[in-house]
Amino acid sequence: MTSIVIIDYGMGNLGSIQNMLKKIGQPAVIASEPTVVSQAAKLILPGVGAFDHAMANLAQRGLTEVIQQRVAKGRPLLGICLGMQLLAHRSDEGTLPGLGLVPGQVVKFSVPAPLKIPHMGWNVVQYQANSPLFRGFANWDEARFYFVHSYYYQCHDPGHVAATTWYGTHFASAVQNGLVFGTQFHPEKSHKFGLLLLRNFAQL
Amino acid sequence: MPCLDIKDGRTVKGVNFVNLTDAGDPVELAALYAQTGADELVFLDITATVEKRKTLADLVRRIAREINIPFTVGGGIGSAADVSLLLNAGADKISVNSSAVKNPDLVNQLAREFGSQCVVVAIDSRHVAGHDVVHTHGGRTPTPLRTQAWAKEVEDRGAGEILLTSMDHDGTKNGFAKTLTAQLTHSLGIPVIASGGAGHQGHFAEIFADDDADAALAASIFHFREVDIRDLKQYLRQQGVVVRL
Repeated sequence: MTSIVIIDYGMGNLGSIQNMLKKIGQPAVIASEPTVVSQAAKLILPGVGAFDHAMANLAQRGLTEVIQQRVAKGRPLLGICLGMQLLAHRSDEGTLPGLGLVPGQVVKFSVPAPLKIPHMGWNVVQYQANSPLFRGFANWDEARFYFVHSYYYQCHDPGHVAATTWYGTHFASAVQNGLVFGTQFHPEKSHKFGLLLLRNFAQL
Repeated sequence: MPCLDIKDGRTVKGVNFVNLTDAGDPVELAALYAQTGADELVFLDITATVEKRKTLADLVRRIAREINIPFTVGGGIGSAADVSLLLNAGADKISVNSSAVKNPDLVNQLAREFGSQCVVVAIDSRHVAGHDVVHTHGGRTPTPLRTQAWAKEVEDRGAGEILLTSMDHDGTKNGFAKTLTAQLTHSLGIPVIASGGAGHQGHFAEIFADDDADAALAASIFHFREVDIRDLKQYLRQQGVVVRL
């Protein structure tokens, strides 16, 4: 069984995630073939771009069911940025259904001036102390992560919110449903905070 | 936000770091900046020839592999194909300057194809006869454009950020161009990065006071270790500026 598989479905550069995992001694493979993804011990679903384009690309490569099957078998999954949003049932950004792995929907920011859209840059993440993703974070006064997004996640069940961030509204900056995780921010661009989060995921 | 000038794949303008094995290697320098707490990095390729610029994508690939903070790449980008190459190599944002002045539709096209969040428009501004005038080609060539109007135009065309360099302040170490930067920051709906003139820590506090800039960029004072990023951020936090430590 392959350890960590970073799913390549044509939505952005994946090299930085792979390299950050390598830095913390967790080799990962980048793959788009269902046969490889179906063997993964853990999955990372990254993504930059538009919701429908992403869902269509997953379907086209035969990956939608494979991902759902791995999750059903209890394999941990981490969605990053758009990859997190795909975990929802639906998004205001598109018409295709999402993976539906963390009940919720994705809506567009409507923020008061002087806040700007996209929400871009470093921001503070208020995490749930018991979330395994944030193990060891208490050593810092605050956890800061790098964000680039115009849409945000609304969980149907507040119990699925693993972290919140303030940007005109308190939105879910990380979600968790069993072993399915999502981060709206980019751990691979978030320095020591991101490295620790990726390490936590890799060691689940 | 440290800025690294790149020529033929090497850092130029001089770097003064004792703990680098190769002071000309932009990847090593960038990694050091990331480690000491830089929030983002900017790489400007000043390579003269198109031929040698092809090495830029390879460099970006190496940077992306080593750097765990966001970075912007600029210099000589004139088409969507150039941008596609650099983003695929792992750049988070690209910056355009002279090419946007020459062909403003390029900004619309890049924003449409890649999203505003990765399109930075760099503006080199110089005060001429009572007006802030946009200059191109490294600040050498004046244009008929006024800085404020041009900034507004590129925002309307879909730019996601403005990198504003004051040619009058650049290299003086007398502080950022606060008035001009504030004008842009408070009249635009997109972030403005102040550049040019940083000489010491106090200059960063000055430009962040009253939220007159969303970010600040400097080169030589970081390269020559006149300002240490970690110390700077501690200092800014004491001054009440929100920073990541």
